[in-house]
Amino acid sequence: MKFGVVRFPGSCDEVDALLACRRFGDAELLWHGDRDLRGADAVVIPGGFSYGDYLRAGAIARFSPVMEAVAAFAADGGPVLGICNGFQVLCEAGVLPGALLPNTSLRFVCRQVDVVVENADTSFTRACARGDLLSIPGKHTTGRYYAPADDLDRMEANGQVVLRYAPGENPNGAEHDIAGVVNEAGNVMGLMPHPEHAVDPLTGSTDGGKLFESLAAREPVLA
Amino acid sequence: MKARVLIRPKEGILDPQGQTVERALPALGFHGASHVRIGRLVELELDDPEQLPAMCEKLLANPLIEDYEVELLGTGDSANGAP
Amino acid sequence: MSEAAALSQRHRQLGLTDHEYELIVEKLEREPNEVELAVFSLMWSEHCAYKHSKLLLRTLPTEGPAVLMGPGENAGAVDVGGGLAVAFKVESHNHPSAVEPFQGAATGVGGILRDVFAVGARPIATLDSLRFGELDSSRSRYLLDRAVAGIGHYGNSVGVATVGGEIYFERPYEHNCLVNAMCLGIAPRERLTRSAAAGVGNHLVLLGALTGRDGIGGASVLASAELAEDEDKRPSVQIGDPFEEKKLLECCLELLDRGLLESLQDLGAAGLTSSSSEMASKGAVGVDIEVDRVPLREPGMEPFEVMISESQERMLCVVEPGRLDEVLALCERWEVRATPIGTVTDTRRLRVFAGGEIVGDMPVTALVDECPLYELEPEAPAEPIYPAPRPRVDPLHIPADQQLLELLRSPSIASKRWAFEQYDSIVGSRSARRAGAADAAVLALAPDGGEGALAVVIDGNGRRVACDPYTGTVEVVLECAANLACVGAEPLGLTNCLNFGNPEKPHIAWQLTESVRGLGDACRALGVPVVGGNVSLYNEGSEGPIFPTPVVGMVGVLPDPARVPGMGFAREGNAVALVGPFRPVAWGSEIEKLTGGMSNQLPPVDLEVQRKALELVREAARSGRLTSIHDVSDGGLGVALAECCIAGGIGAEVELEWPGLAPMLWGEGPGGYVVSGPPEAVDELAGTAGEVPVRRLGAVGGDALAIAAGAARLRVQVTDLKTAHEQAIPDLLS
Repeated sequence: MKFGVVRFPGSCDEVDALLACRRFGDAELLWHGDRDLRGADAVVIPGGFSYGDYLRAGAIARFSPVMEAVAAFAADGGPVLGICNGFQVLCEAGVLPGALLPNTSLRFVCRQVDVVVENADTSFTRACARGDLLSIPGKHTTGRYYAPADDLDRMEANGQVVLRYAPGENPNGAEHDIAGVVNEAGNVMGLMPHPEHAVDPLTGSTDGGKLFESLAAREPVLA
Repeated sequence: MKARVLIRPKEGILDPQGQTVERALPALGFHGASHVRIGRLVELELDDPEQLPAMCEKLLANPLIEDYEVELLGTGDSANGAP
Repeated sequence: MSEAAALSQRHRQLGLTDHEYELIVEKLEREPNEVELAVFSLMWSEHCAYKHSKLLLRTLPTEGPAVLMGPGENAGAVDVGGGLAVAFKVESHNHPSAVEPFQGAATGVGGILRDVFAVGARPIATLDSLRFGELDSSRSRYLLDRAVAGIGHYGNSVGVATVGGEIYFERPYEHNCLVNAMCLGIAPRERLTRSAAAGVGNHLVLLGALTGRDGIGGASVLASAELAEDEDKRPSVQIGDPFEEKKLLECCLELLDRGLLESLQDLGAAGLTSSSSEMASKGAVGVDIEVDRVPLREPGMEPFEVMISESQERMLCVVEPGRLDEVLALCERWEVRATPIGTVTDTRRLRVFAGGEIVGDMPVTALVDECPLYELEPEAPAEPIYPAPRPRVDPLHIPADQQLLELLRSPSIASKRWAFEQYDSIVGSRSARRAGAADAAVLALAPDGGEGALAVVIDGNGRRVACDPYTGTVEVVLECAANLACVGAEPLGLTNCLNFGNPEKPHIAWQLTESVRGLGDACRALGVPVVGGNVSLYNEGSEGPIFPTPVVGMVGVLPDPARVPGMGFAREGNAVALVGPFRPVAWGSEIEKLTGGMSNQLPPVDLEVQRKALELVREAARSGRLTSIHDVSDGGLGVALAECCIAGGIGAEVELEWPGLAPMLWGEGPGGYVVSGPPEAVDELAGTAGEVPVRRLGAVGGDALAIAAGAARLRVQVTDLKTAHEQAIPDLLS
């Protein structure tokens, strides 16, 4: 399994994502200016402050050349994981429904949170069981997930809500305590917490590894 | 042509910044202010004002969560003047 | 009046004394013109030249077996083994933060980051030491809120983990807050870069942000008449752009990795002027600068403005002509502006050109090395300098349980979780111990597995140093070393920021002199060299001076971060012991402050005895046999025990040999460590301790902290301890 981790100007957690991916397969950085995904079987869009979060988080990064290739890859069924800023980019690009708004507290919050696996039937959560509690750090200013009420109802019914903050754990006021979602086809996931920071017992929990493990075990998409 | 775009959160979307300011005003002795919403201002000069709505839809605003208002300010020197 | 005569009056407005002006005329062999006067006024300012502190700083020990770069470079650096070097430094941004705390603190972080990547090290951690007035003042609440937000904004956006810090509240800082920012970076030894310009004919290339009128401030008296009237054009607040800094950081590190630069220097105080002349001085060369080539943010800037602008996020590098194209191409890839603006010469002069004409021509050594240095005239104060604090508790009439809760609620002691949760403390994947989990931050040397770790801590003190500047400063160094010992780290080097009042006043000069003496003695006794630092003077106003506040950042190494104990009690039945030559007194303590007192002395410290305790604790931490280790500091033993219970979520029952509770429980002093572990492990520690006292106190267990001393008793539920500790600051800010 080869992971491609995108790097934008302002990305902060791309090397962390790269190191996490390398525990489960090969991984390489993908420069934002290139349309070449370099044979990646799965693409990760990492956390950080691409383009300084200027205008809106992810609003400028979504227009990078690499994102054209990522959008095409996703349309063909390729797995794409957007983490934090990556989630914001995917929403701005319209590849995922909804948008991320400023935290209700209006402050950056860095805290370990418990999320519940609502859907263990996705390429990203197959290594989990429904109802599993994953302990993963969240760190963001703009993590409040929003979608219009009808869309949310439909997403819930479709099983598109993959991870939900456990009761009392919602750090940002996200609607329905949503921490992570997939698109309708189920091949693109976005989440606000950082699984790449939960893969090494030395630095915290290893629950985040389950997402990378799930991806690595996935059958490759036929070309 | 000078133009100004005002972008604000859609009605119905929680605006904690607006709420914070609304709560702070009475504490400073200003009463009777309500419905405070905080948005963004983009000012620019452009050759072809026809492009402006597309610019707003595509980049300057996120239509899922924001409304926007465009003001064309004319070609004169006055930045505050009417079109 | 002739132009020369008019200029000669302006020197006073620029902060130069008549004597200094005469020296400048002597060195130039003529009167300075406006560009030269601006340049000298900045290079010879306290901030750039350290004229009142340099002679004292020269008494500090700067050598050690691990030192790779000492004071004088952008940052100091030590060898940490495995072919790696760690660069670090602390700097103050006090005055800008008092004006605009968000941007002041943010640009303080930006500046210290640049100092570290200027030597070729990738920043991996920052720490911040903040001091404000008491939180009953709305101004102090505002400064705290905005400064923390600013630090978070900049550090988080740049992707460097903020791993530690301290926040204190004392009335003398009400009008002069302190914001000291420290940064730590890592580099392969070969990438460590010095700032000396070299190679006559090489290009000087300016990287990064556009140059505007930021920070010109006082030098504006030199501006042409029309401009002098237009306030808007001269922003007094520098706005930081962390996105620009992130691009600049990645670009500079890649330029260095590819060996494309001869040297690199950050543009800090006095902008182009200080960076170019310091590079030239170190390289014993000259520099020619063409101000017309500098990309500007504002039209019509005068040459002196371009030279002294303090616009942020800019670096200056020296590039061989054959490599220039490659440098410009790499910068373009990173979207970093790169502009050749001058050349390295053999003239040993700084020459400024505008429109092809020379508008400034100064000898480099005069600017950098020949600023007059002043001897201080210290005199111990005859009367107390600081007013007594307002009393908040009466220890005779409140029960011991309440005394403990009052101390835990005291903002200087209370949990700073409200602040550190606003910081990204984990980016980089190295953070083995996050804020609040242990006494020092622990960072793995290699984020993807591999051996060894760094430990880093920042500690300062104001009130105890005010009681006794010599001993108080010795204690600051010991506090840092103790925090490192708790995580098994051996100190390799230290950086310091000395925050004091006006040194031209004899009692402040005395504080500074005694403090530096204490700093030197402690460093020598512990074998920890000073590799760099910063001085911030004149922190005083009509209400008086700040407490004399030395702030120390210390870096150490440890072999196995997985074995390092945290600070919380963990297991029912574990033994609790007090290790070390701890002899607390009420002088200078938080309880003394709460009762409205302030002593003017501290008991002397035996550095040799303290050093032995540090070694014992360090070895015990490394052994992995103990469950927790926590250094006793503010609030004394009682607060330390409570902190261990809160961190572990479990109670303890301890008995003290001394009758009565104070001062044993609330008194303060160095050399106390609360440890817990399996009873055999604690016994083993006692057996190998030699001269270092190990006093068994009791056992971990239950849901309350219960302390007995003779007939005196206290018992508080751990949940109540936690609420008092964690809610104090959020309650005061809401």
